[in-house]
Amino acid sequence: MAPNQRTSKPWLMGLLAWLVAGILFFPIFWMFVTSFKTEVAAVATPPQLFFTPTLENYIDVQERAAYFNYALNSIVVSIGSTVLALLLAVPAAYAMAFFPTKRTKGTLLWMLSTKMLPSVGVLVPIYILGRESGLLDTRIGLVIIYTLINLPIVVWMIYSFFKEVPNAILEADRMDGATTYQEVVYVLLPLALPGIASTALLSIILSWNEAFWSLNLTTFDAAPLTAFIASFSSPQGLFWAKLSAASTMAIAPILLFGWFSQKQLVRGLTFGAVK
Amino acid sequence: MTSSVANRPSQGPPSVARPRSFKRIPALALVAPSVIGLVLWMVVPLAMAVWFAFQRYNLLIPENRAFVGFANFAFILTDPALWVAIGITLVLVAAVLFITIGLGTLLAVLFNQTFPGRGMARVLAISPFFVMPTVSALIWKNMLMHPVNGLFAQITRGLGLGAIDWFADLPLVAIIIIVSWQWLPFALLILLTAIQSLDTSQLEAARMDGAKPVALFRFVILPHLSRAIAVVAMIETIFFLTIFAEIFVTTGGGPGLATTNLPYYIYLKALLEFDVGGASAGGLIAVVLANLVAIFLIRSVARNLDT
Repeated sequence: MAPNQRTSKPWLMGLLAWLVAGILFFPIFWMFVTSFKTEVAAVATPPQLFFTPTLENYIDVQERAAYFNYALNSIVVSIGSTVLALLLAVPAAYAMAFFPTKRTKGTLLWMLSTKMLPSVGVLVPIYILGRESGLLDTRIGLVIIYTLINLPIVVWMIYSFFKEVPNAILEADRMDGATTYQEVVYVLLPLALPGIASTALLSIILSWNEAFWSLNLTTFDAAPLTAFIASFSSPQGLFWAKLSAASTMAIAPILLFGWFSQKQLVRGLTFGAVK
Repeated sequence: MTSSVANRPSQGPPSVARPRSFKRIPALALVAPSVIGLVLWMVVPLAMAVWFAFQRYNLLIPENRAFVGFANFAFILTDPALWVAIGITLVLVAAVLFITIGLGTLLAVLFNQTFPGRGMARVLAISPFFVMPTVSALIWKNMLMHPVNGLFAQITRGLGLGAIDWFADLPLVAIIIIVSWQWLPFALLILLTAIQSLDTSQLEAARMDGAKPVALFRFVILPHLSRAIAVVAMIETIFFLTIFAEIFVTTGGGPGLATTNLPYYIYLKALLEFDVGGASAGGLIAVVLANLVAIFLIRSVARNLDT
């Protein structure tokens, strides 16, 4: 309203900021509140702000035994693909960060450009390959795909964290006769551990929330929570309270992850270009 | 002294003091697994897509398969729905980029102020970014934008304004709102971090010289943010070109073709019509479109990143 009086009215800016935060968070808050209502209360007009909370939706969702199947798929696939991506990316990033050649920059940019390849462009071939190889609707199939879609970002992130490790430290250890193995395991990895941890976190978040491949390549056996929640979009699935409970359970772990790691995520998400 | 060592150039002649121990590790072997994985991921499906694009190949009648030359491309390129889908894809990307970066910049300035509970307010504001797209689409569709029981309808009716049937009357606007809600926090998070790295003495000096807040924003803050804005635009474009789940869960591309973007168009061809040939031709068009955008983006951003 009054940008010119910025210094004289700080409370106004604070109020405005809280208002914006409230609006942005509202859909999540509303989902959380609805998950404790009965189905009748959930669709009541006017909306009920005061009600007797119930846990029956959570119990219902749990009792659909399948929920755990979906949750387990999400956990296995996100962690599996993250571990695999790290195993591939750490050596690559190490070589490119500490022993760059003329081709290094080009390789890094090329890797990023594979992210630009629209998934739909290769949906049909991947679907057919998956069907022929028996990897359709399997966790292994999803792990491989998630690893490859996140690999460019994982390599970039670890690369930018390795670049920040002063070479002098590594050189000092080499002078002392450390082997490459010792250098990497005892010197480099401990220094880069916070960076590797935030890379892993981001990779888990991206895999957990990935929806294109999970919706198109899984039916039941390997379907993660993204696909489970999408099953609520059918008309028969319109139970708001249960949908809210299932959604809350699906996003809670990742939301907590995100809250605790927001600072590191910025560096990761921008490949260290924004500090 | 240390800084000169830490800031080794990434290119140029190999350093003279190349460590002896390195000779035992071929750098190529360390990079190879990642590169091979990504080459396979890129080349194999793409080659298959090119192959299928020249075939008449429908999964429902697989025996009726033949080489048809450019027929699939001719069919797809003359399908008005394809052009509608390309238009919708571009509108969607442009609109959400404009909203998230514009609002994100203003909000970053706002959240950079000191006020009570700033940390908590920040955490709440960035939360939508961590919500999986299928969840956010369903929450918005059913609980907020539903024409009868949705919260928006109840509020506008309470005010005597009637209700908007979002997904029937303004479907594309509804999708834009949902995607913007998910990605505004991302822009805010990155741009806020960038603002915080601004040297405050520079701001103070400008303020001493009598610069008004608007001028400060225009001539000090905005130039400082340009690099962060470029990064946000690049990453968001990568994700917005392939928006799928939000449409899949809410409108199914409809009504009519009102929310069918290119990914959804190809999905309809491939997995609902089982037209592999047509879908592959469409997929290649998506690849070309993405590459046009990518060439422009990667060039401009690569200049901004020191690798």
